[in-house]
Amino acid sequence: MRIAVIGAGPAGVRAVETLVAAGHRPVWIDEAREGGGRIYQRPPQSLRRDARMLYGFEARKAEGVHATFERLAPVVDWRPETLVWHIRPQARRLSTQHQGRTQATVDYDAAILCTGAMDRVVPVPGWTLPGVTTMGAAQIALKTQGCSIGARVAFVGTGPLLYLVAYQYAKAGVTVAAVVDTTPFATKFAAAPGLLRGGATFVKGIYYIGWLRAHGVRVVEGATPVAINGTTDVQGLRWRGSDGREDLVACDAVGMGWGLKPEAQLADLAGVPFRFEPLQHSWIPECDTSGRTPVEGHYLAGDGAAIGGADVAELAGARAALALLQDAGQSVDAVRVAALDRALAGQQRFRIALERAFPYPAALAASVADETLLCRCEGLTAGELRAAAREDHDVGPAPEMNRAKAFTRVGMGRCQGRVCGPAAAEVLAASLGRDVASIGRLRGQSPVKPMPMLVPEATP
Amino acid sequence: MSETCDALVLGGGGAGCSAALHLAKRGLRVILLERGLVGGQASGVNYGGVRQQGRHAAELPIARRSREMWGRMREIAGTDAEFTVTTHLKLARNAEEEAELVAYLDIARDYGLSLRMVGSNSIHLEYPWLSNSVVAGSLSPEDGSANPRLLAPALAHAARAAGAVICEGTRIVELSYAGGMFLLRAEDGREFQAPLLLNVAGFWGGAVAEAFGEKAPVAPMSPNMMVTEPLPYFITPNIGVVGGNVYLRQIPRGNVIIGGGHGESDPSKPWSRALPEVSLQTQAHAVALVPELAGAHVIRSWSGIDGVTPDHLPVIGPSRTTPGLFHAFGFSGAGFQLGPAIGAIMTELMVDHATDVPLDAFRIDRFQTAAGDTP
Ligand SMILES: Cc1cc2nc3c(=O)[nH]c(=O)nc-3n(C[C@H](O)[C@H](O)[C@H](O)COP(=O)(O)OP(=O)(O)OC[C@H]3O[C@@H](n4cnc5c(N)ncnc54)[C@H](O)[C@@H]3O)c2cc1C
Ligand SMILES: Cc1cc2nc3c(=O)[nH]c(=O)nc-3n(C[C@H](O)[C@H](O)[C@H](O)COP(=O)(O)OP(=O)(O)OC[C@H]3O[C@@H](n4cnc5c(N)ncnc54)[C@H](O)[C@@H]3O)c2cc1C
Repeated sequence: MRIAVIGAGPAGVRAVETLVAAGHRPVWIDEAREGGGRIYQRPPQSLRRDARMLYGFEARKAEGVHATFERLAPVVDWRPETLVWHIRPQARRLSTQHQGRTQATVDYDAAILCTGAMDRVVPVPGWTLPGVTTMGAAQIALKTQGCSIGARVAFVGTGPLLYLVAYQYAKAGVTVAAVVDTTPFATKFAAAPGLLRGGATFVKGIYYIGWLRAHGVRVVEGATPVAINGTTDVQGLRWRGSDGREDLVACDAVGMGWGLKPEAQLADLAGVPFRFEPLQHSWIPECDTSGRTPVEGHYLAGDGAAIGGADVAELAGARAALALLQDAGQSVDAVRVAALDRALAGQQRFRIALERAFPYPAALAASVADETLLCRCEGLTAGELRAAAREDHDVGPAPEMNRAKAFTRVGMGRCQGRVCGPAAAEVLAASLGRDVASIGRLRGQSPVKPMPMLVPEATP
Repeated sequence: MSETCDALVLGGGGAGCSAALHLAKRGLRVILLERGLVGGQASGVNYGGVRQQGRHAAELPIARRSREMWGRMREIAGTDAEFTVTTHLKLARNAEEEAELVAYLDIARDYGLSLRMVGSNSIHLEYPWLSNSVVAGSLSPEDGSANPRLLAPALAHAARAAGAVICEGTRIVELSYAGGMFLLRAEDGREFQAPLLLNVAGFWGGAVAEAFGEKAPVAPMSPNMMVTEPLPYFITPNIGVVGGNVYLRQIPRGNVIIGGGHGESDPSKPWSRALPEVSLQTQAHAVALVPELAGAHVIRSWSGIDGVTPDHLPVIGPSRTTPGLFHAFGFSGAGFQLGPAIGAIMTELMVDHATDVPLDAFRIDRFQTAAGDTP
């Protein structure tokens, strides 16, 4: 049986581990040079540092994932630096490009997609200035390249990553100008009982906030970002406090992010149906708790299925592999299946509380000012998108996302809506006076990421 | 409950929306029925070529008329749908292909389309970014391109303003004719009646004709398309080649749109998608033609569904079985340019019972064999 696993983050590593233990030798593909995924992304060889320093509390888990990866890579068909840019579920064929140069196809009987997540952003005036990155990018810069996005950095957004990244920056010796959380304290407090289920994870979250405050870092809650100041570079971050007063800190870089969203383009191309998940406030591909999708032979695990964090990803990776084995008629350890299901169910309850504690600020996204750049690839403002929803629009009005894209070019650039999509949907839905779940989502197509056209082979 | 009007237009592509507009302007009460959104199928996802050069002689009179309308699109539809006269340059890569270009000059001239041969010396002077594989080209100064995402919605917008009713999200599942009236029933039970019915249902037009006992062999056709990230603007003409294995154009915004070969589709959904191996093959052809494209990032690929007939010509004209029924479908991958004129011509046929444009080559019964059946 030919099995393909895409992604070598915590989910992919545990999926492959389970498959190998059952006697398989899957094709294992990742765009990255090494395994680890996002949270446990490793620096290049020359910048290797101590795991404790890189991953903090998570060092042991990181080392576990890395060691498992090192053990597995030689015994499977491991293909690093390889982008899966298309998947054809009926033909069961992947199209891949290695190092932006070599094309190859991979035929499979069953596939597990462990493609992870990416940051979710809300456009703020000035968000395209050099020096503004997503929260995740700020962290990757620090983690893998050992560099900071600025000398005096402000963070704005919401979610556990906000405090974690600020903490990591401060620990690394960078001046953290402010941590501006769009969620009010009361919202988080209300979710606290549920968060307690998270045990260590919850305690760590509290620890980061406490540490930041203890080290004199300004932490603001319930704030509304107003603008990132500057004309050619970042000069400061402005926000309105919960009391309505405007405030400003000087900084030369800003990290921003409002939680994560699944990188689910491959699942989309594989024909997996999507549903709007109200709690994550996001479109997610459909699968059951063991990762089975409605498309036979195709499984999902980790953040690429729904945002669950690294611990869930490890559990889900193993669980999806077991589901695949079961479906292939192989006998699996029922005790292990039950234990994984129990652990996943427990995590799910914590996750619900976490989403309640750090909700996506849909209203903030919907109210992006008319003149603010919404789609940075196409230079489109929020006002231009709103115009397409009006009755008096030239060729409009656009009743749903793909039509709005057709009329305005929103999401038509390099990112194909991966960055601007969620906020654009809020803006359009609000302009139409409709629920965001009812205006559709941008259709996916290959390649899942921009792919260079190859120079035809030079004949020697 | 059924709605009654003077004419039903089945299909909201470029042809249907233009027809709704023209029929409404002639004072008819028109209802256009569209399964999804207008321009949601071939008319909205095509390459955007507004090209006369290279067409079959039989199509040139329609293409000429349409070209005249494209030039007035702002007046007709309230927007020019980004129609731009970019010129169309058709390239030859060997002597044989060059001879084909030369032979076509006479055909074009007969229909008042003036083309200019660009020889092997001047072609590389005029278009220095073309590779040495190109030996000559034929330039059509009047041709160009437009934004397919805008045409059908704009025409529908204008049709609405002229009094037509545009019913989107209306999938017709049952068609019948009795007592001089057509009765169409939508999936959700709504019914529509009129003494005139225009079948402009694209690929699905074959099924509509069949509902009235007429067979026209139409197969799905899904051109394979892709687009690059924005690059500095340097490819001004719309580019084609003899044989057609690649065509490309650049919009002033910088993106290069590249077509060639065919993708996959399932018209029953409807669903279509580019095929990866075809995309790669077409990329190679494109880079072989314009070497500077090497390394440019492709950001998206797609396809669509048009109906193709055995002779690659559409079916246009009155039904041979049912009075009041008119067809215009199966544009075989080249009906975007024709859409505006089709609406005008069908209106003449339906209202005036005559048109100046010769349509004999497009008769629906041309596929019938001696035995009276379709092959
Ligand atoms: C930038 C960023 C930083 C994060 N930092 C933290 C953190 O510090 N702490 C925390 O708890 N959580 C963090 N998260 C969340 C964390 O990534 C996840 O919870 C966890 O890594 C999920 O594991 P996974 O295996 O599902 O996906 P990932 O770890 O994201 O792994 C997915 C892998 O799939 C590969 N991949 C995706 N698509 C393709 C393709 N088409 N072709 C080939 N390969 C592909 C990617 O290269 C990646 O290696 C972060 C997320 C992001 C996006
Ligand atoms: C990828 C691609 C590239 C192309 N490039 C070019 C080009 O560069 N230049 C050019 O001139 N042509 C091009 N073409 C061809 C051109 O797009 C088509 O010939 C033209 O758009 C056909 O228009 P139409 O109105 O006949 O069909 P369509 O646009 O397909 O419209 C027919 C409509 O009928 C509707 N319909 C069908 N059945 C039903 C039903 N039962 N109930 C309700 N509604 C129904 C469909 O939903 C559809 O919207 C291309 C085509 C494709 C697919």
